[in-house]
Amino acid sequence: MAEFFAMGGFAAFVWPAWATVIILMAAIALASLRRLRQTEATLTALESGASIKTDIT
Amino acid sequence: MTRKRRRLYLVVGAMALLGVAAALVLTAIRDTLVFFYSPMELAEKDIPPGKNFRLGGLVAEGSVEKLPDGLTTRFVITDLSAEVPVLYRDLLPDLFREGQGVVAEGALNPEGVFMARQVLAKHDENYMPPEVAEALKKSGQWQGAAETE
Amino acid sequence: MQRIDATGYMIAMQRFANPANFLKLATRLTPFAAAIAFILLAVGSYLALFVAPPDYQQGDTVRIMFVHVPAAWMTTFCFGVMAAASAVGLIWGHPVAYVAAKATAPVGAAFTVMALVTGALWGQPMWGTWWVWDARLTSVLIQLFIYLGYMALWNAIEDPVRGAKATAIFALVGAVNLPIIKFSVEWWNTLHQPASIARVEGPAIHSSILTPLLIMLAGFTVFYIWLLLVRMRQEILARRIRTLQLARTRKLQVGEAG
Repeated sequence: MAEFFAMGGFAAFVWPAWATVIILMAAIALASLRRLRQTEATLTALESGASIKTDIT
Repeated sequence: MTRKRRRLYLVVGAMALLGVAAALVLTAIRDTLVFFYSPMELAEKDIPPGKNFRLGGLVAEGSVEKLPDGLTTRFVITDLSAEVPVLYRDLLPDLFREGQGVVAEGALNPEGVFMARQVLAKHDENYMPPEVAEALKKSGQWQGAAETE
Repeated sequence: MQRIDATGYMIAMQRFANPANFLKLATRLTPFAAAIAFILLAVGSYLALFVAPPDYQQGDTVRIMFVHVPAAWMTTFCFGVMAAASAVGLIWGHPVAYVAAKATAPVGAAFTVMALVTGALWGQPMWGTWWVWDARLTSVLIQLFIYLGYMALWNAIEDPVRGAKATAIFALVGAVNLPIIKFSVEWWNTLHQPASIARVEGPAIHSSILTPLLIMLAGFTVFYIWLLLVRMRQEILARRIRTLQLARTRKLQVGEAG
């Protein structure tokens, strides 16, 4: 296992490279999902709110 | 449909023009985008001693030797048609090997020896496990490190 | 008037280009894309890190290739998608095409950053330098600036219709850099090595290294498709919100006037 993490002496290059890719991909995925959820919530609120409004006026 | 057709032609035409313009510009500045010269190009260019440039090619087989000071390495860069002797006084990159590609930055001295300030290893586009490389060498089908590009 | 071109294909395209229909289709496809991307990336990473052998010259640094090459591939692929979508938007005026281009840009920029960072981390141990100004590395850095410029242009123009057109033209002009990236290693002497996979003689990579790489390439591509679906849904819904809000303010104004 230690040998695996040592990456033949290149651990200082291999692991940061993989970490960069994993972190960036996870970050953009989570940010995109969160924005979609927020937008969906806003739209639902707006659509229900709009119908109430029309009822009142 | 005619309006859409016209827009299609417009976009295609503009892209074609843009492509031609880009190609012209690239051809014009082709020389300045060259990262290194090969020994053959160096012989044609006639670069004066002391002028800084990059030299690229293969490390000639059997040419690498450590000088008595224990730090300076002497080797020959070849493109299989011309060669240039090189002196370098620093640590070499991991991939520096005889028969492998290399790019050195520095200048010629008056004797025509390239005094390198930096040596970068260039690797080729072949990837394989060590056993496969060994087997290829044994069977005489090896064509990896011998070809530069 | 449109009958001449109204083949089945065009009808399908028109239906697909309708934002409401697209939204329905995209919502249904999203979980499948997510599952496929996850499986491909998991299997690919396992093969890349545990099964693939070290390279005969580069040792274990070759494991950087399994993320570097897919990231670099997505750098050009994403912008290719943006340019194609922009052309479709400009010529046929499909709103969904503009949405696809806009939704792709930040993803492509992120992949470009990944390609540059992993490339530096690979260059230092193998070449002996983090960075050189050779034609390949420089053209990829320029691509990052093209992505950022495209995103800045979207932000700079307030009217979405005008913004869509201006950014589409910008994307088509920026696409000139794509063949330069691809062929830079052949047109000029570069420190970067020439292509290993997409070349006339066939791949120059042993199957034990090539298989995990191809799985990672597929994984990155499907991951992008999943992200694209998510981001396009968000963009379409955001536009619907904007329309609703506009309608409401108008109604309010009418109410006040009356």
